[in-house]
Amino acid sequence: MYMPDFEYHAPKTVAEACVLLDELGEKTIVLGGGSDLLHKMKNGHITPEHVVSLKHMAHLREIHHEEGRGTVIGALVTPNGVYTSPLLQERYLSLPMAAHEMGNPQVRNRGTVGGNICNASPLADLPPLLIALNASVKVVEYAGVRVVALEDFICGPGKTLIQRDEILTEVIIPDQTATGSTYIKFGLRKSGALAVVGVAVAVTVKDGVLVDARIVMGAVAPVPMRAKDAEAILKGQVITDALLEQAADSAAAECKPITDLRGSAEYRREMIRVLTRRALRKAIDEGHV
Amino acid sequence: MINRTITDKDGVKRYLITLNVNGDDRTVLVKGNAILANVLRDELNLTGTKKGCELGDCGSCTVLLEGKPVDSCMVLAIEADGREIITIEGVAVNSKLDAIQEAMINYAAIQCGYCTPGMVLSAKALLTRNPHPTEPEVREAISGNLCRCTGYVHIVEAVLAASEGRLSPGEHEYPREEGESI
Repeated sequence: MYMPDFEYHAPKTVAEACVLLDELGEKTIVLGGGSDLLHKMKNGHITPEHVVSLKHMAHLREIHHEEGRGTVIGALVTPNGVYTSPLLQERYLSLPMAAHEMGNPQVRNRGTVGGNICNASPLADLPPLLIALNASVKVVEYAGVRVVALEDFICGPGKTLIQRDEILTEVIIPDQTATGSTYIKFGLRKSGALAVVGVAVAVTVKDGVLVDARIVMGAVAPVPMRAKDAEAILKGQVITDALLEQAADSAAAECKPITDLRGSAEYRREMIRVLTRRALRKAIDEGHV
Repeated sequence: MINRTITDKDGVKRYLITLNVNGDDRTVLVKGNAILANVLRDELNLTGTKKGCELGDCGSCTVLLEGKPVDSCMVLAIEADGREIITIEGVAVNSKLDAIQEAMINYAAIQCGYCTPGMVLSAKALLTRNPHPTEPEVREAISGNLCRCTGYVHIVEAVLAASEGRLSPGEHEYPREEGESI
């Protein structure tokens, strides 16, 4: 398959990479794992003149916890790295489980968390759950650093708030007050399937009452979408099956699915209703974040 | 580490990289856009690595990069500079087949053979980290390798057999007619 010619750069540090991005001009792209990027280049969707690889930045492959800040996942951590991380398994079991649903084993060894976010596919598997967990991203440029809520960061299909000379270096998940979370992906096969729809929820349950709930729907809007009306229905209420049904109906009404080769809009809406109900029940019953 | 860059008369840059392939350091001159699968096949003549979809779906180009299965069609050769790669040619040691290869032959797990190199490497990675997998674990490990002969039942059987040291099926497993060969 045809790959356009480009010049390859592998800077040693993030700062060096930012300078390069600034100097090399418009047709420069950042390479993480390449599972999305090479796809786009082979299909001719992008034709960069310069590729800046992050491969020498070993610290972007680490996962650690910082007191007061939360759990920090380096942008180059692979889905398999998320799945096998003892820290994430202990603190946010639903995230390793979600990472394990992505792509296939080969892709999970090659893709990256940062790429999954920056690619900004509406059907990406990690962003819905990360948004439900209130995650933010650290974006670095030569002159400074900013931290942006992931929910605001992804702003359209393939679009994020990242600037040309910026690099996403970390995903930060704050310490949770939530008592349960989960992501349910509906794909057409167990492996190598993209989500037809996906629903992530994070719930805070106290004495049988839903103190708080966040519901994020994937593959049914241009971006991972909060079901805010459904969240409002749940908040402060005693948990009953009827309540969860009501929230699920609301989520189905709120989402904005389209018809494409993986499913019709009607089907997606119905699946949102089913999966929202299941995800809420699962997060409440299993009781782990 | 990239040790040298050469610019040709058309202004296209080429990079001298060293790949550790099956234990040997192999130095090659590649363009930035050179795909690992192509470099292995065309520059190093390691044509056991097959190309199928070239988009990271089928797994026929699977190699082990630092011990982990990846689709070599989705890796820039230059990204693998200085790293360890195992291709299907590096699985047998001193012309002795690996247990997985032996079992795949004896359990009739090879039909057209196109997916076999990738299957063997995915299975090899699995048995290295988990010597006694369950059937679901085997199925999960080869879930990125498509067999369009749909010979999955025998492939899974062969990998499980290899993990248990049963390198050929006993008579009770496949009762055969008199004179029938495998």
